[in-house]
Amino acid sequence: MVRFENVGLRYGMGPEVLRDVTFGIPSHSFQFLTGPSGAGKTTLLRLMFLSLRPTRGLISLFGRDVAALGPDDVAALRRRIGIVFQDFRLLDHLTTYENVALPLRVQGREEATYRAEVTELLQWVGLGERIDVLPPVLSGGEKQRAAIARALISRPEILLADEPTGNVDPRLARRLLRLFVELHKSGTSVLIATHDIALMDQFDARRLVLSEGRLRIYD
Amino acid sequence: MTETYGFGPSDTDDGSERRDEDPAEGSPTAAAARARAPIVPGATVAGHALVAVVAIMTFLAGLTIGSVAAVRGLASEWTSEIARDTTIQIRPAAGLDVAAALAKATEVARQAPGVASARPLGASETAALLEPWLGAGLDLSNLPVPRIVAVTLAPDATATTIAELRAALAREVPAASLDDHRQWSARLTSTARTVVLIGLGVLALVGAATVLSVVFATRAAVAAARTIVEVLHFVGAHDSFIAAEFQRHFLSVGLKGGAIGGGAAMAMFFLLSTLPAWLRGGAPTDGSATLIGSATLDLRGYGGILGVIVLVALVTSVTSRITVYRTLRGINS
Repeated sequence: MVRFENVGLRYGMGPEVLRDVTFGIPSHSFQFLTGPSGAGKTTLLRLMFLSLRPTRGLISLFGRDVAALGPDDVAALRRRIGIVFQDFRLLDHLTTYENVALPLRVQGREEATYRAEVTELLQWVGLGERIDVLPPVLSGGEKQRAAIARALISRPEILLADEPTGNVDPRLARRLLRLFVELHKSGTSVLIATHDIALMDQFDARRLVLSEGRLRIYD
Repeated sequence: MTETYGFGPSDTDDGSERRDEDPAEGSPTAAAARARAPIVPGATVAGHALVAVVAIMTFLAGLTIGSVAAVRGLASEWTSEIARDTTIQIRPAAGLDVAAALAKATEVARQAPGVASARPLGASETAALLEPWLGAGLDLSNLPVPRIVAVTLAPDATATTIAELRAALAREVPAASLDDHRQWSARLTSTARTVVLIGLGVLALVGAATVLSVVFATRAAVAAARTIVEVLHFVGAHDSFIAAEFQRHFLSVGLKGGAIGGGAAMAMFFLLSTLPAWLRGGAPTDGSATLIGSATLDLRGYGGILGVIVLVALVTSVTSRITVYRTLRGINS
């Protein structure tokens, strides 16, 4: 469902951050994206959810060449991708419930049609009691789960998570990993960017390793 | 998705393997209790600052537009009143019966076409006119003082009215001369025109300053909400949806600021127009009424201020739309 061929990227006139990156993400797959800090993990994720365009090479998402997409196509493809940002990006003036419901709201759906769905998902990630709380009141782990719930609410075909365990203790990291594995079992492709080796050792999955702008794959 | 995968209400609890006993906790209807919050927040520091900027600039533009309208009204009032008033002067001369000439001239004027009224000024009125220069208690019979007939032209009077009256007077009362204030009227008209032109120039400058400051303040407010634009974008909102959300919000900000500033300007003109009457405690009688009493805003002036409010609100909302699209292009670059 995601295909990169000889993708290269540089910011402005700087050196290439990514070089000749070639890989694919099949349906129903689970993989870690790892590498040292500054290796280009976030850049690669941004390319995958269309927040950056490559300077060279070909990226295709769900069978479509991203270079040929218009703004409305981008919005339509984004709805098939769930993204969890490293810094959560929750809107501070909206409650947990409203933040999680946002992807459905921007699709123009009436609140009555999704209220039960959002509440159920919030129960599932253990935020049932934090529904009406504004993000500044949430703990780091709760924000993380709210961000994950927002990424999942529109039932994406692929979930991209950037350092989802970067701000939590090892116990919570294990619980979050279990959440992602459950999601994978229910049919969603999952890609977790992390430099937490202990986390990767807990679940045997494909590893994409970025180093100095090049990608190696360990199946 | 019916189970809670190992997450309790708090992630600081120690039962890491514990599952929620009661998944129904945190009632689903609780969310409905709070009205759906707008995606673009109403009360932000940048939002308040923008309302203030819009209000102040609308107030200033409203004052300018009101002043220009008032000056214009005043100027046209002056010129039309002065143009409608003329005077016939009877200069005393040896062997002239001034009283008879005065009566004759009044008679001629009354019969002339296009004249609404003609009234000879009595001895006491003439004395009152001269009082500032010659002092009170004047006996006019001892002085060769010219006598005056005040003539008011009918509203339908044309340029030929004055000429015909002048010809008739020359025939019937050679001692009389007609003064039509043309010189004064021309001078006043050109002065008024200059004042109005200067006012329009100031209005153009204030208008440009208003539009520019509203544009920049709106851009700053949208920039402060950049995270919202990004998040909406990343959760799959169409650009038009994001732009519409911001445009709606900023239209209401612009209308709010505009209503405060424009309303204050209107209130000020209303107070100015009523205040002199209170101070005088009655109907305007003296010369100040011509100046201050007439400096009230007509409907066109109030309409102009309303127009400024609408314009400012539109500028605010269109600027927010353009800025959002520009921000989105920046995110996608």
